[in-house]
Amino acid sequence: MSATAAARPLTRTEMAARVARDIPEGWYVNLGIGIPTAVADHVPLEREVVFHSENGVLGMGPAPAKDAIDPWLINAGKQYVTLRAGGSFCHHFDSFAMIRGGHLDLCVLGAFQVAANGDIANWATSENDTAPAVGGAMDLAAGAKRLWVMMEHTAKDGSPKLVRQCSYPLTAVGAVKRVYTNLAVIDVTPQGFVVRDMAPGLGFAELQARTDAPLADGRDLG
Amino acid sequence: MIDKTVRTMAEAMEGIADGATVLVGGFGAVGQPNALIDGLIEQGAKDLVIAANNAGVGHTGLARLMELGRVRRIICSFPRSSDPVVFETLYRAGKIELEIVPQGTLAARIHAAGAGIPLFFTATGAGTKMAMGKETREIDGRTYVAETALHGDVALVEAWEADRWGNLTFRRSGRNFNPVMAMGAKLTIVQSQHIRALGEIDPDHVHTPGIFVNRVLHVPYGDPSGF
Repeated sequence: MSATAAARPLTRTEMAARVARDIPEGWYVNLGIGIPTAVADHVPLEREVVFHSENGVLGMGPAPAKDAIDPWLINAGKQYVTLRAGGSFCHHFDSFAMIRGGHLDLCVLGAFQVAANGDIANWATSENDTAPAVGGAMDLAAGAKRLWVMMEHTAKDGSPKLVRQCSYPLTAVGAVKRVYTNLAVIDVTPQGFVVRDMAPGLGFAELQARTDAPLADGRDLG
Repeated sequence: MIDKTVRTMAEAMEGIADGATVLVGGFGAVGQPNALIDGLIEQGAKDLVIAANNAGVGHTGLARLMELGRVRRIICSFPRSSDPVVFETLYRAGKIELEIVPQGTLAARIHAAGAGIPLFFTATGAGTKMAMGKETREIDGRTYVAETALHGDVALVEAWEADRWGNLTFRRSGRNFNPVMAMGAKLTIVQSQHIRALGEIDPDHVHTPGIFVNRVLHVPYGDPSGF
């Protein structure tokens, strides 16, 4: 299943920019650790999107310059960050009330697998994982108003990550609304996966061949 | 006169019993009560249950306490870290029990203990292995999991400012779990960067009112570093 010569998968940076394009001004957004963190770099500062971090930071700005690091200001990925004007701090219970109480407009997470019914598996790759680390993933997946996933379309061994049923332990049931991969943008609907956008030069049959669950072509529906 | 400040680490640690459940504030390197953890190592209590977000980094602090065989069980959301070698070694050898709790559920269970709520329902973890063996309930068409309060015998907290009544402020992302842990334990011990005169902290700026605090030790260590 090699790609046709014309197909060009999106780079990580292009994926981040593609997700950022769909985030409107005014949304409160949590970006998961890993690939999703880069989305913030593609939301222009004049578009006021308020980024939240689990450790009690609301209104995160870009990474600081090396000579302007505040050692008291980190994000959930334990990276140094800045705070925008209008930003605020709170404790962990309030921070997770924002998440669990449905106050976040959007959470973007990475995932190992997403099923056609919106199930997500992103915290453990085996029932017998020695010491799985869940962090805030289950709270975010269950609590945000909408959950988008950002991930490679297939695993490193080529196996599909968009599946009929997750084989890995679930993070949340029926939570995912949209998936952004390096090959496509796919909505999760009551009828299953619906393709909204595809990487340049990629054929629909080729995309389906890299996807376990059936895809509907919804590109005309926008 | 109420004076919760203590002069020595030995006073701060007095009475922590073997088998105690100890809630530890901090997230990453920020807001970690490192001096108090070292004090607990020195104090000698064993068979401890530790509730914290992480399971220790490198060979210092919580990792050191575990390495010394003093921790029976760790309750946390994220046992991985940049260097979780001590925890992973003990865990593989079956020498430490692990209870994984979603981060928001961890905060909510400790908050519940502090607020007199024995049981609550949350959507977090519904339909996952976190819900195994727990009561579930359908409310307005959605499935929720019952979670119980997590009570601490002791909380170790790091604050930015404290006064002799135990009123606390925290600095930036150093707040994190600290106010929650302070609420959830019978004996809350605070290390504070600054000690202020009573009335000097603006009442509108108090993050944790002194009612949740038992002892305050002045530990002006400066800025956090390393993760």
